[in-house]
Amino acid sequence: MIEAIPLTHWLTLSTLLFFIGVYGFLTRSNLITILISIELILNAVNINLLAFNKYLYPEALEGHFFSLFVIAVAASEAAVAVAIFINLYRNINTVEVEEVNKMKY
Amino acid sequence: MDYSYTIWIPLLPLITFVLIGLLGGKVKPIVSGITGVLSLTVSACLSIFTAYRYFLVDGAVDGVFQKIIASNHTWLRFTDTLYIDMGVLLDPISVMMLVVITFISLMVHVYSLGYMKGETGFSRFYSVLSLFSFSMLGLVLASNIFQMYMFWELVGVSSYLLIGYYYTKPSAVAASKKAFIVTRFADLGFLVGILILSFQTGTFDFSIITSAEGLATLGNVTSSFIGLSAITWATLLIFIGGAGKSAMFPLHVWLPDAMEGPTPVSALIHAATMVVAGVYLVARLFPVFSLVVPGSLTVVAWVGGFSSLFAAIIACTQIDIKRVLAYSTMSQIGYMMLALGVSGYLIEDSLGFTASMFHLFTHAFFKALLFLGAGAIIHAVHSNVMTEMGGLRKSLPITHITFLVACLAIAGIPPFSGFFSKDEILVAAFEANKILFAIEWLVAGLTAFYMFRLYFSVFWGKNRNYEHEPHEAPLSMTLPLIILAAGAFGAGFIPFSHFVTSTGETFTSHIHWNIAIPSIAVALIGIFVAAWLYKSENDRASSLAASLGILYKSAYNKFYIDEIYLFMTRQVIFKYISEPIAWFDRHIVDGTVNLVGSFVNFVSERIKGFQSGQVQQYAFYFMAGVITLTIVFVYFYSN
Amino acid sequence: MNNESIIFYILSAVLLVSGVLAVTGRRILRAAVFLLFALSSIAALYFLLGFFFLAAVQIIVYIGGIVVLIIFSILLTHHIEHRLKKPSLNKMLMSALGTMVGAGACLLTIWNHPFPEASNVEPITTMDNIGTKMLGFGEGGYVLPFELISVLLLTAMIAVIVIAKRKENLPS
Repeated sequence: MIEAIPLTHWLTLSTLLFFIGVYGFLTRSNLITILISIELILNAVNINLLAFNKYLYPEALEGHFFSLFVIAVAASEAAVAVAIFINLYRNINTVEVEEVNKMKY
Repeated sequence: MDYSYTIWIPLLPLITFVLIGLLGGKVKPIVSGITGVLSLTVSACLSIFTAYRYFLVDGAVDGVFQKIIASNHTWLRFTDTLYIDMGVLLDPISVMMLVVITFISLMVHVYSLGYMKGETGFSRFYSVLSLFSFSMLGLVLASNIFQMYMFWELVGVSSYLLIGYYYTKPSAVAASKKAFIVTRFADLGFLVGILILSFQTGTFDFSIITSAEGLATLGNVTSSFIGLSAITWATLLIFIGGAGKSAMFPLHVWLPDAMEGPTPVSALIHAATMVVAGVYLVARLFPVFSLVVPGSLTVVAWVGGFSSLFAAIIACTQIDIKRVLAYSTMSQIGYMMLALGVSGYLIEDSLGFTASMFHLFTHAFFKALLFLGAGAIIHAVHSNVMTEMGGLRKSLPITHITFLVACLAIAGIPPFSGFFSKDEILVAAFEANKILFAIEWLVAGLTAFYMFRLYFSVFWGKNRNYEHEPHEAPLSMTLPLIILAAGAFGAGFIPFSHFVTSTGETFTSHIHWNIAIPSIAVALIGIFVAAWLYKSENDRASSLAASLGILYKSAYNKFYIDEIYLFMTRQVIFKYISEPIAWFDRHIVDGTVNLVGSFVNFVSERIKGFQSGQVQQYAFYFMAGVITLTIVFVYFYSN
Repeated sequence: MNNESIIFYILSAVLLVSGVLAVTGRRILRAAVFLLFALSSIAALYFLLGFFFLAAVQIIVYIGGIVVLIIFSILLTHHIEHRLKKPSLNKMLMSALGTMVGAGACLLTIWNHPFPEASNVEPITTMDNIGTKMLGFGEGGYVLPFELISVLLLTAMIAVIVIAKRKENLPS
């Protein structure tokens, strides 16, 4: 049964996944891989939400819906991000984040 | 008795100033000149008409000339008791000054048409000349002391602008600055004096200050400072202002340098009108000086007497003709101050006051004539230095005759105008103080000597080789000379004591032959000595100078007053006061500011790396911040 | 140790390993593929938790949509042999330190916190329930966020078209 797995383990899993994503976000210099890291972070959050939903408030669906909306937002975000990458690549011929600092000035 | 039209006498030159100043660059220069002349002509006609009405028709009530407030407007109202008016005050001296100023100014305007022809900035010259006429008229018509102060500063500004007319010449710029700074320095005293006086009386208005109640109020003032009463201080400070403007020793240093300006300017400002403003100021406040603090009048008398002697000695040695005339001006103003100083207020012993005003009047004519004549000479030979001149009487006949008239007038030879006014001054001095009389008697001789030294050196002596043949000036220049010569000859016959007196009452003065004959004698001696030395080519003058040695040399160098001032300012004030202050400012004050600046700069240099434009760095800081806050709030501030 | 536990730990291991590889691999296409594995194992975990609908959405949207989008963009902007450059050591160390501290803090909190686990009740994640809640406008209804999401998706779609459209005046 599912109760054999303690909630803490789910939370540990999501925490680890979250910080793996953060590590990637901080170290990767390619915009696409940064996007991958962000997806990992969002998914870690989803796991967290669902685990709470399941273990603490099984009679409710709030965690479920939150995850659903997070997925929807992540989808639109990914679409916009990819459009920006392609436009960027077309203009400055690179998708390295170090090169994209024109907004500084 | 409606005199409200007199407001237009100063306003016309003001309008002309604005018109020429704004539009002068767009029209031919001669149009500006004609405009200036026409407006001054109208002003002069109005002034003479006013003088006629005031003195001969309705100015006097029961034989006493009244103070008339022709118009008065509250200009700045701070509180109900503190307000500044702009008004027109007519009394004998201001009406007399009106005539002098507008007349001389008109002559100078006409003369400048010829003299300044072809100069760059012709329109500028006329606009500033109009500004000066306006300011000077406003000064003499001022109904209150603050208005007078304002116009006082305005004439200073016009004088500055006109001395620095040739602003491409460094010496002219330096002279204009010197004149402005020296007179401004003196005006500080004037301002403080005004404030003291007005504080004690509670008003700026001349007619209230000099009324019986005002004088009584001043007489009751008991506050004092360093042993002198407040009113004594006020009068002395005001006199310092007047002395600065009137080039009295030791504030005279600007006047000789002011000769850097165009000659007509010297004639108008630095001979006939502006420099006598100090005399006018003392005369204006004469009741305060005379009735409340007679001691300050003694100071006025001695400063005037000393200045006249001092300037006369220097004038004997100068070789620049304009400088000779400048020192002569200073000497003659010394006469006027002295006459004021020895005068009493009451009609019985107010001869000095009348004499001073009389001398102011006649001096304006002959000194303006001298300057304009000098201008004609300079115009002809293109030099200021009299040793480069000689034998000009053939080529410049009109200038020669008019100059001679002016010289005789200033030397005090009857029946020229200077004789009458100088005689009155000498009589007044004789009655008051024998030492002052002796000084003035000596100065009368010196005056005759240096004027005729100038006259003989320029018009007689050997004919020099000039670059081109000297020729007589155009009609626009000779006509004012002739008119002024007529004035210099005839002005003395005006019975001045019937018009201008301290109280407004009149008396009849007579020529005192027991005083006049010695003064004529000493003048004649001066003339003969000058003729002996300079009429024909000889080396008597230089050998005399050599025998006088150090005396001659120090007089030639103006008794080193300029050098003393330079020493005082550069070596003492600058070195021991200004430089430490400058050091403090530069190192302590600036240092503090710079320290703050460089600290900010330093910090900015250090933290500007944070703003790198690298998104990941921002993300890192963000993350670090979030984690830190999380730890802090979960483990340290959780309760 | 029952079956669910074993499956959970296996899935967790796959998830973490593929996650680590996704953020550290030097070949970008492989990174995308490891992301695919990670997302798949997350979908499997949702099944394990009993959120079947959400697991299906995860597969459809993430695996079928986003990962494909990412792979497309990789193919459009990179050569297939492209190696990502290694991050600088300093950056790696700093990031690793930061994440470790963060992870440590979080884990410490989680392990020390007593969660009041509810007793098991019947799952309510039926399609019936989800549909009623999603479009419900009574208490606990989600119709407003639902509509907002639809507007957001429309906005994103327009934005993507506008951004990605080739401009005539720009050099290609």
